[in-house]
Amino acid sequence: MAFALTPEREQEVDDILTRYPERRAALLPVLWLCQRQNGWISPEVVEYVAERLGLSTAIIKGVVTFYTMFFDEPVGENVIWVCRTLSCDLRGGKSIQDHLENKLGCTPGHTSSDGKFTLLKAECLAACGQAPMVQINDYYYENLDVEQLDRIIDVHASKGGEAAAAEFSSFASFGVPQGSRDGSVTSAPPPPSKEAVRLASQPPPSADATGEES
Amino acid sequence: MSEPTKRLLTSRYGIEEGWKLANAERAGAYEVARQALTTRQPADLKEQVKKANIRGRGGAGFPAGVKWGFLNPHDGERVYLVINADESEPGTFKDRSIMDLDPHRLIEGAIISCFAIDAHVAYIYVRGELAFSVARLEQAIAEARQAGYLGERPFGIDHAIDVYVHSGAGAYICGEETALLNSLEGKRGEPRLKPPFPAVKGVFGMPTIVNNVETIASVPDIVEMGGDAWSALGRLPGDGGVRIYGVSGHVKNPGLFEAPVGITMRELIDDYAGGVLGGRPLKAVIPGGSSTPVLDPGRKVDAPDEGHPLHKWHGQSEIDVPMGVDTYRALGTMLGTCCAIVMDDTVNMVEACRNLMRFYKHESCGQCTPCREGTGWLVDVLDNLCAGRGTPEDVDLLVNISNNMMGNTICAFADGTAMPMLGMVQKFREEFMDAAINGVPDGIRHDDSVRSMVEGGA
Repeated sequence: MAFALTPEREQEVDDILTRYPERRAALLPVLWLCQRQNGWISPEVVEYVAERLGLSTAIIKGVVTFYTMFFDEPVGENVIWVCRTLSCDLRGGKSIQDHLENKLGCTPGHTSSDGKFTLLKAECLAACGQAPMVQINDYYYENLDVEQLDRIIDVHASKGGEAAAAEFSSFASFGVPQGSRDGSVTSAPPPPSKEAVRLASQPPPSADATGEES
Repeated sequence: MSEPTKRLLTSRYGIEEGWKLANAERAGAYEVARQALTTRQPADLKEQVKKANIRGRGGAGFPAGVKWGFLNPHDGERVYLVINADESEPGTFKDRSIMDLDPHRLIEGAIISCFAIDAHVAYIYVRGELAFSVARLEQAIAEARQAGYLGERPFGIDHAIDVYVHSGAGAYICGEETALLNSLEGKRGEPRLKPPFPAVKGVFGMPTIVNNVETIASVPDIVEMGGDAWSALGRLPGDGGVRIYGVSGHVKNPGLFEAPVGITMRELIDDYAGGVLGGRPLKAVIPGGSSTPVLDPGRKVDAPDEGHPLHKWHGQSEIDVPMGVDTYRALGTMLGTCCAIVMDDTVNMVEACRNLMRFYKHESCGQCTPCREGTGWLVDVLDNLCAGRGTPEDVDLLVNISNNMMGNTICAFADGTAMPMLGMVQKFREEFMDAAINGVPDGIRHDDSVRSMVEGGA
C-alpha cells in the first residue's frame, strides 16, 4: 500500500522546504518525519519520499543505509540503544547489555518475542559523564544500574514510554551545577538528582521530542 | 593562576527553567546581541573574536578568528554559518549541556556571528540521537523569533537572520565539517576533498563557516568583554578564554566543569573531578576524546633543550603540562575536546584499545581504502590479541597498519584512528606484548549477532 504522511506532517514538509535553497537538503528531515509515522523506512516510504522531493529511489536508499538511525527493516515498538563505547564500558556498560539480553530474551540486533523492544548496541552517545547509559526511543537514561534499568523497562512495558521518560529520563542531569573552586561548574553526582527528575516531568517542548511512534 | 570570579559559559545552567527566553533574559541573555547589532560594526566584532584567541572547541583547535578571516565571498554569493552539534567523539559530552540548559546562549552567539560574517542563515547540525536537544533548540528559536531577535529585522536592523536546526541520523563522521555539509545537503555523510575549504565553497556551494557549539556560545562573552580581556582569562599564550571540560571514566565525580584554558590534567582529575574512583592509582588518561593519544601519568616530559616549548615542565609528569592546543601538540597528543577519559590500574589497555578501534571500524564512512580496511584490520588484530590467538609480531602489525593509514585518506578520520593506536602501543607496549602471549582473560566477548547488526543493518 502506498505510503502518505498525515496532513499535519505534509505541512511540516512544506515548512522544511522553505529552510533550504535546494530540495534535496530536506531529505534527512523528511525521512525522520516518515520514520516517526511509520516506524521504519519501508520501500513504500522510499517511493513516497522520491516522489515528494523529486529524487531517485537509489539516492534515498543510499542515504538511508548510511545512517544508523534510519531503520530499513521493521523494529519493535521501542528501540533500546546500549552504549558500549569506552566511557560507558569503564562504568559497567557490558553488565547493562548483559542484563538487557537476559531480561528481553534477545541479543543486540533482535527484538523481544512480544515485539515490544528491539535491542541495539550503540557507539558513543555523548553522555560519557553519566555512564553507563541507554537511549530508549528519543530519551536518554543515564547513571544506570541494573535495578534502575529494571524499573525503567517495567514502567515502559506497563505504562508506556512517556511515563518511563517522565519518571526516569535524566535529560540534562549533568547540568545541575554545584559551586566549587570559586565558581567552576561541577555536575550533579549520580544517580539522577531531584532536579533532573523534575526536569523530566515537564511536558516535552514539542511533539517531536515525545518519542511518538504512531 | 587566577580563577574566574564568575562562570561565563555555564552561568545560566543553574537557573530555574533557564532554557526559556524570559528566564534567560532576566539573567542577561541577548543584551550583547542587541548592543552588537544596533551599535557595532561587523568588522569590529570579527576583530574581537580574532583577538580572543579562541581555539575551535570541536577538537581541531583551529583559531576561530582566523577561520572567519578566510571568508572572501564573491558578488552574489551568500555566506552561511553552520554550527557543528554532531558531538560524537567518544568521551565528549559538553555541547549537549549548552543546547539543553542554555539554548539561548547558542542562539545569541549565532545571531552575533551571522551579523559579523554577513550571513543570513545559520544551520545547527545536531546529532540525530539528541532529539531532546533538537526540541529544546527549536522551542528557543521560536521564542527568539517571536521576540524579534530573529527574522527579517532582528533587533530592528536591516539584516535578516534565521537559525534552523537540522537533525543528523547517526554517523560520527558527520562531525567532520565537509561530511557535515554533505549531510546537510541531504547526502551520505562522506567527507569532501579539501581544498576548496568550506570558507570558499561550503554548503550549497557557498562560502561557509563551520564552528563548534561551544565556540559560537563563547561569542557573546567575547564581544561583551572584548577579545583581549576574554583571551586573558586563559593561562596560555595564543589560546584564550574559558572552556567546558568534561571527565568520564574512573573518577569520583564525572561531569562537566568550566575552567580557564591551561589548567593541568592533574588539576582536572583531582581538584575538579574528585580524584580517581576509590582512590586507586591512575593508569592512563585519554585527554580530549578518543582520537587524542593517551597520556601516561608515569611518563616524564623529556624536554631538556631550553628552546623546547615544554622545557618549563621538563622532568614533570605528562599530566602536569597545562592543557592547551599547542602544549598538547608538543607533548605528542592533542587537546581535542578537553573531555578526558580516566582509567585506573584495573584497565587492560589492549582491551580499552580494542573498544575504541571497534568504534572507528563502525564509524569509518568507507570512502577511502586505507581507512575502511585499516580500521577493520586493526580490530581483527586486537580481537586476536585479546582472545589469546595473537603473536608478538601482531604488535608491530598494529603499528604498521596505523602508519599506512596516516595521511593517506580524504579526511582526518584515519589519522584520528591511527594516532591513538600508535600512542597506545608506544606507551603500553609491554601490555600489548603480554597480550600477544597470554591474551586478555575475561576481556573478550565475541558476539556475532552484534557484528551482523553493525554490518548488516537491523
